[in-house]
Order: sequence, then structure tokens, then C-alpha cells
Amino acid sequence: MAEAATQQTPTEALIATLDLPQGGWSDAARKDALSRLQQAGLPERRDEYWKYTRPDTLTQPQAVSAAVRASEDVALFDQIDRLKLVFVDGVFDADASDDLTLEGITIERLAQANADLHWARDLYGTLEKNGQTPVARPLAALNTAFAADGVLIHVTDKVSKPVNIVYRRTSETADVMLHNVIKLDAGAEFTLLENGPVAARFNGVLEVEVGDNAAFHHVRAQGRDHEQRAATHIFTRLGTESAFKSFTLTANGVMTRNDCVIELTGDDAAAHVAGACVGDGGDFHHDDTVFITHDAVNCESRQVFKKVLRNGATGVFQGKILVKKDAQKTDGYQISQSLLLDEDSQFLAKPELEIYADDVACSHGSTSGAIDEDALFYLRSRGVPHNVATDLLTLSFLAEAVEEIEDETLREEITARLAEWLERHAA
Amino acid sequence: MLSIKGLKVKLEEEDKQILKGVDLEVEAGKVHAIMGPNGSGKSTLSYVLSGKGGYEVTEGSAHLGDIDLLDLEPEERAAAGLFLAFQYPVEIPGVGNMTFLRTAVNAQRKARGEEEMSAAEFLKVVRARAKELKIDAEMLKRPVNMGFSGGEKKRNEILQMAMLEPKMCILDETDSGLDVDAMKLVADGVNALRTEGRGFLVITHYQRLLDHIKPDVVHIMADGRIIKTGGPELALEVENNGYADILSEVA
Repeated sequence: MAEAATQQTPTEALIATLDLPQGGWSDAARKDALSRLQQAGLPERRDEYWKYTRPDTLTQPQAVSAAVRASEDVALFDQIDRLKLVFVDGVFDADASDDLTLEGITIERLAQANADLHWARDLYGTLEKNGQTPVARPLAALNTAFAADGVLIHVTDKVSKPVNIVYRRTSETADVMLHNVIKLDAGAEFTLLENGPVAARFNGVLEVEVGDNAAFHHVRAQGRDHEQRAATHIFTRLGTESAFKSFTLTANGVMTRNDCVIELTGDDAAAHVAGACVGDGGDFHHDDTVFITHDAVNCESRQVFKKVLRNGATGVFQGKILVKKDAQKTDGYQISQSLLLDEDSQFLAKPELEIYADDVACSHGSTSGAIDEDALFYLRSRGVPHNVATDLLTLSFLAEAVEEIEDETLREEITARLAEWLERHAA
Repeated sequence: MLSIKGLKVKLEEEDKQILKGVDLEVEAGKVHAIMGPNGSGKSTLSYVLSGKGGYEVTEGSAHLGDIDLLDLEPEERAAAGLFLAFQYPVEIPGVGNMTFLRTAVNAQRKARGEEEMSAAEFLKVVRARAKELKIDAEMLKRPVNMGFSGGEKKRNEILQMAMLEPKMCILDETDSGLDVDAMKLVADGVNALRTEGRGFLVITHYQRLLDHIKPDVVHIMADGRIIKTGGPELALEVENNGYADILSEVA
């Protein structure tokens, strides 16, 4: 039986390579998460929500190395008045970051927040744990257990400017786990911006507790980095009359899996999650997996996902709306669309509705299509060259998702960045 | 200016001949009108000249000056000076009207080896032209043709024409869907662009547009051919007697 004893499961093999951070207020949550991971095991291809996305490069002990290229995404929000926090290869760079003081919030680093009675103790890993049922998300449990750093933000008021976490990547091999926790007290308002490629392999968790009448806005730009691999998770819980709005822009990245798990627990709350993705090349794979639970009356949820795929790129969308028995007057909207610029690219969509209340309005739609020939001819007949016309129509296609960003300045920054990418491609 | 000789066109996908030998010469500085019943091939002619897909030229030629149009991509035809005002202008969500106009103007200039228009210069010109057509600043900011009324869409077509300054303008049923006031605005816009060096081909079902845009020559098209050519009085004849007389006269 000696042979059997040396046979490790992939989960055990991965855990064996990692050190559990110890000695802080998060110890209990980390141990709890570790046992969740051990119980669920790492995701495998046969798992229902990993059918379209191969998890192996995200779960194997060694990250695949990824060549470093300059990413202009690092400068995306430079024109915006913000408080900047910089992580280089997953390590906080205090010199490049702003002072952490801002009225209405306290910002601490996970790696340093060791006070005994810490506010995040009740939150760290809690929303992640809630989000494990009914669908297990083992990579998120892995993150809660082993994340070395991240930011903890407590928002007590309306904050005058956004906090911007800027990621930079200089290492070809960095394998990074960051865990961010944000708590918005009742009536608080806060915007989080995230941009830049984090690491060769990144596992991220963002837990956001949105208090009653509070509003959280999130705009994120992943990339532009063709070779990085990332599995990110957002877990959020919304109180009464609160709002959660998150937008993600992804341009390339060889493997990206973005999970978003939203729980509407207070009446009259609104959750919007949107994504615009531009994928180029046969090794591009992008997966948006969303799970929204309506567990309160008169809540609204919107999912708007748009993907432009070319040269054999693959896009995946798995979006579910679960409406519990007492969640009457629910208004749920879900749209996922792909623009396939050639016949080699593919879009796999799995919309799901599970409704137990009897007075709800839920709609979903999913389409895949090519460029609109009439619009293309219209532009060309005005002298716009074929490639430029295609780019304009591509922007036009993505616009519905980008328009989900409420702040006009941020919306324009994102649109301008998309236009730049397209222009460069055309040149 | 525009010289069409023996042009025969069929649908690409099916064996259906639409144009059965069209001959037409439009001189610089002149306005020609093409009238004709539904299905006579008027719109097909405008599409084939501007390079829309789905058609196959089986015989004949079309030149703009010395340039063989049929050899060129749609954007090359535009840069060569051809402009088609669409019967149904296309709505393009998410692309601002200004962005679209400036992209088009500068793409054509670039293709002709001319200097591109600066943002400031462009803004000045487009504002002046828009004002003449009673197009307000809000319409310029909106996505191309999105939420525009029928009249606004057609005025937007004329604005594009004014900005692009083509040599040869084809107007495909520009009067369709317009009330009298809107038609007058559009016609005024077109008349303002009538110059010595520019030719017009106005395609229409009805005489009423020609009250506002006075043609020099009127052609009647039926069953893929031009069957009669005359002066402005020909349009009045159609207005009074319909096409039946002319059709039977030719037959």
C-alpha cells in the first residue's frame, strides 16, 4: 500500500506547494477555506461550469511562464483624479502608490492588517463561502486560504474620488493571489478602478458588502497582455436600496475566467454587471460566468456581455438568474452577444433562468453574428476603408456594454482605449 | 463626368437580370433625373455604381471621368468623387455622427494624397454646414442616424454630401418618407451644392422633388433600360398621365 500513500490528488499536489499565511485575524477564515477547497477539489473539465473552459493551466502547481510586454493599460486612468495603489508582480509598491489616507474610507493591506479586532474578520471569506453554493468555486476558496496580499477598504461615507489599483507585471513567472475586501456602510458611495495585467498567472477575489442605500461602482481593465492567465472572482451582497455596478474590459489574455456572484438580499436593490471583450487568436479564451440570486423584493439585475472574437478566438458566457420564492417584482435582464469576425472563432453561451417567484419579469437573449453588411457598405460608400469601417462597427457592437458605465469620463476613457487598440490593429 | 455604357447587371445569387443595357451620360454641372415605376432597376443602378455587393456586372462599363468605377472598392469610388445618398440611411449605434463624418472626410483626403483636416477646422466647417441644413449640435453628437426622424436622416445624408464635396452625387429616392417642409430643406441643401463642376443623378418616383431640384434632363427607366429621355417637361407628363402612356408608346 506504500504506492497508494504517495498518490496525491491534483488538489493535494497544489496545496503542497503553498504556504498558509499564519498568525493574523484571518487565520480561521483561511483554514475554513482550505477545508472547502479540500472538500470540493480543484475544478476539472467534467464539472458543469468548466465544460467550455479548460481549468488545467489555472490549477496546475506551476504557472505557465508568460513573456512580458509593455501594457498601455497601466496608464489607463492616469488622467483621472484618484487614489492610486500599485502592485508590481503582486507585490505592493509603496513608493509608486499614493498615501493611503482619504476622507470617508480606511485603506489597509491584507498582508499588514494584523490588529486583533479587525472589521474585515467578519467579511473575509464570508461572501466567497456563500458563493460556493449551489455551484462550487474552488479557485476562490484556494485564494481565500492562500492569498498573500490585497487591500481592505472600509467605506463609511461618500468618497470624493475613486481608488485605483494599478497592476504591473515584470516577471515572466509570477504566480499571484490577491484578495480584496470592501465594506460599504449604509449610505456610502465608492468607486474602485482596477487596471493592468497582474501576473503570468493571477487568482483574484474581490468581496464587496454593499450596505443599505450604498452604491459601489467598479471599472476594471484586464490586460492588455496577450499571455497572462487569470481567474478572478467577484462576490457581492447587496442591502436595501443599494447599487452594485461592475464593468470589465478584457483585451486578449490567453486564458481569462471571470466569475461574478451576486446576492440581492435587501429590497429595491440594483446589480449591474457588464463586460466588453476583444479576443484575437486561436489561443485566446475568455469566460464570463455570472450567478445572480434574487432573494428580496423589487430588485433589478442586468447582465450585458459583448465579445468580439477573431482569428480563432473563443468566448464563453455562462449566466444564471436565480429568483427565490419570495423575490417578487424581480426585474432580471441578461444579454450576451458575440461578434465573430471569421469562421474560426467561436462563442459558447449558456443562459439559465431558475425562477420560483410568480410575479417577475426576466428576459435573456444570446446572439452570435458577423458584421452587418449594410452598415459596412454604408461606411465604405462614404470613403471609410474596409478595415476602419470594421473597427467602427466593432466599437458600435461593444457600445451597449460600455454604456453600462455610469460615469461619463470613465466611459470615454474605456471607449478611447478600445478605439486605440482597434486602430493599432488596423495599422 | 459620369459615363455609363451598355451596362448589364444580374443578381449574384440568382439568375435574374436587373439592368438590361443602360446608357447614360451625366455632364458636369448638370442635374439628371431618373424616374420609373417600381422594380425598373433605378435603385440597382445606384447600388452598382457605388459598389454594393450582391450584383454581377455581365456587360458594359461605368466611368467617372477617366476612372473605371467598376474596378474599384466602394471606398475607392467614394474617394474618386462618387456619392450616394441612401434611400434608407443605416443606423449605427455607438458611433458618433461627428466621428463618422470626420473619419470619412479624412479617409477620402488621405486616399487622394491630400492633407487631413484638423479637428478644429473640421468642427468649424461641419458646424457651418449643419446650420444651413438646420441640423442642431445635438444631432451631430448622437450616434449615426440613431433616433433620427425620416427627415433628419435625409438631412444627415445631405450634410455628408456637403462635407465630402463629391464630383458626382446620386440621390436614391431622397424624397421618400419626407413631408413637404423636410423635402424643401433637403432640396435647398442639394441646390446649394449645385456647381459647374458637379453632376447630379436624382432618382425618384415622383415629380414633386423635381419641383424643388430642377433637372436639366429627365430619363424614364423601365424594365432595366432607359426608354425615354427628355427635358423637365417629361417629368410633368409622368405626373399628369402616369407611366402607362410612355410605356405603351415605347412598346
